[in-house]
Amino acid sequence: MTTTIRKLTMARAISEAIAQEMARDPNVLVWGEDVGVYGGIFGATQGLYQKFGQDRVIDTPISESAFIGAAIGASAEGLRPIVELMFVDFFGVAMDQIYNHLAKNHYMSGGSVTLPVVLMTAIGGGYSDAAQHSQTLYSLFAHVPGLKIVVPSNAYDAKGLMTTAIRDNNPVMYFFHKGLLGLGWMPSDDWAEVHVPEEAYTIPFGQAANIGEGTDISIITIGAMVPKASKVREQLRQEGISVEVLDLRTLVPLDKQAIIQTAKKTHRVLIVDEDYRSFGMSGEVAAILAEDALDYLECPVRRLAIPDVPIPYSRPLEQFTIPSTTRIADTVRAMMD
Amino acid sequence: MDAPVEMYRMMCLIRQYENRMAEVYAEGKSPLFSIAAGPVPGEMHLAAGQEPVAVGVIHHLREEDVVTAPHRPHHFAIAKHVDLRRMTAEIFGRTDGLSHGKGGHMHLFDPRVHFSCSGIVGASFPPAVGAALAFRHRGQDHVAVAFAGEGAANQGTFHESLNLAATWKAPVIFVIEDNHYAISVAKDTSTAIAKNSDRAGAYGIPGVFIRGNDVLAISEAASEAIARARAGKGPSLLEIETTRFFGHFQGDAEAYLHPGEKDTWRALDPIPRFRDSLFAQRLLTADQDVAIQQEVAELVEDAIAFARESPEPQPADALTDVFA
Ligand SMILES: Cc1ncc(C[n+]2csc(CCOP(=O)(O)OP(=O)(O)O)c2C)c(N)n1
Ligand SMILES: [Mg+2]
Repeated sequence: MTTTIRKLTMARAISEAIAQEMARDPNVLVWGEDVGVYGGIFGATQGLYQKFGQDRVIDTPISESAFIGAAIGASAEGLRPIVELMFVDFFGVAMDQIYNHLAKNHYMSGGSVTLPVVLMTAIGGGYSDAAQHSQTLYSLFAHVPGLKIVVPSNAYDAKGLMTTAIRDNNPVMYFFHKGLLGLGWMPSDDWAEVHVPEEAYTIPFGQAANIGEGTDISIITIGAMVPKASKVREQLRQEGISVEVLDLRTLVPLDKQAIIQTAKKTHRVLIVDEDYRSFGMSGEVAAILAEDALDYLECPVRRLAIPDVPIPYSRPLEQFTIPSTTRIADTVRAMMD
Repeated sequence: MDAPVEMYRMMCLIRQYENRMAEVYAEGKSPLFSIAAGPVPGEMHLAAGQEPVAVGVIHHLREEDVVTAPHRPHHFAIAKHVDLRRMTAEIFGRTDGLSHGKGGHMHLFDPRVHFSCSGIVGASFPPAVGAALAFRHRGQDHVAVAFAGEGAANQGTFHESLNLAATWKAPVIFVIEDNHYAISVAKDTSTAIAKNSDRAGAYGIPGVFIRGNDVLAISEAASEAIARARAGKGPSLLEIETTRFFGHFQGDAEAYLHPGEKDTWRALDPIPRFRDSLFAQRLLTADQDVAIQQEVAELVEDAIAFARESPEPQPADALTDVFA
């Protein structure tokens, strides 16, 4: 048997997962701004309008509160909506529907109401789109109980996690990083463009992926920082430092065991995140380590993240705020001293 | 200069700026287009074709009057006399920019002339209501003008702000620029009624629709709305039909447009039309027009040169300005 390699961009992998689930289940609908003829500003819905028509792939007005809220009512009545919030940064105008309803209705109804909604959204900076178009913010949504949080780092995971998200009976927020999608019109990390099987498959939530084994130090990370950490791993191997890279893949549920396991193995942990430093993913992982793995650590946990400033526009300013491979490598070296 | 000629000059300045900005933005982005490359990276929303909206309204404003603008802000900023050099340096991300490079093209702030804008659709309405409240509270007869695209009129902030302004009788003018599209989504797909100006009726305030992208017609309607606001009679809503000459953003393939749609718009270019009417009325001579074109070209080149010469910020400057 020959296995043919079928490399897909992450954008193609996402739209393929959605197309397959739409073919499988007539209750799956897609709506959002420019998801129709345009195919989604970031290509996550490319080809769907042509395949499934305007009754199932719906361009909405710029009314995020209404169309995200509509997913709540629609899902309660049996649809399985996939709704696109063009950039996560636009959450503000719809936050009540997301935070107080989408996240909480299942619990407040004593489990009697289920909301199988996928709210997908673009995240990330690195191309000078400034403070209102460059954030990741997944930690903000992981903070409120009731939302599952998915952040794929490559095309294979993107497809499997999207399929799982659509089949899940809970609200799932699915965050795709603009710099991983293979868009052509902005820098994209080739690392994310990998073999993707044609048939539908699922990847369970709550299982981190060990991207590369190592023995000296662990980098725990997610999203677009995974390829960066992988590159640092290759680079430092030549310097005799053995780095393990853990891709969390989902924040809710969070694979605590994998976090503790890697700390027990390497005894040093660096957390790398493209979200704000304070009160977010990096703090949460550090807290888990403090609670459950402190005895195994040989040096203090360190974090690299956005240094609690809005993302600036100007290129040198923005590059200073987003963790770079150089900064990651330097931090690892310092921790090994 | 007569008022119509001054309006004409301002429209020419804006057009020249946007055309040059399209060229500057393209620098470093070929043969392969990358949004992150070149001296001006990031998104770029240009307003060529929409000059009459900005000029027809802002022409009536004073320095103290407030303008809040959306993600496509250059025409409003220029008409409001935002410092052209510092605005351009900001778009280049340089230290002499309005925000020393922290804001960029969608986030221009010039408090000296009471101008601000935002990249979030619908964000221009509420702050204008607040500014108007401040004026009324202090007994000043200044006004606030909120500009936004027709797409923004489906955002909750639009309806909430109209109601709030109406109940407060706030001196604010809401101006909707109807360029027919919100990115790829046509107005008739997204909006339940043909004219957003009719929505004014739901809040008991005047609503006027102005066709033709005609700066004098806009100026006349704006003059009335602004006088009304200054006289303490409360808010108004204007919707102005206009046309977008470039894509939604630079790099937009515009596959969603009907064939020939763009040509129809370009054929109705408001600037030559206005120039010809000024010629016909003998308000402008060909020589004066040449002088105007030369003057605005020099202003734009001066601003671009200023921006290019301004130093890049130091990386660690990213850490300042979070708090006052
Ligand atoms: C809250 C929010 N939703 C979506 C967007 C993305 N977006 C930016 S501009 C735009 C279209 C705006 O259309 P319109 O208001 O008509 O202004 P125009 O671009 O035509 O000038 C959209 C959807 C945004 N910036 N903010
Ligand atoms: Mg528009």
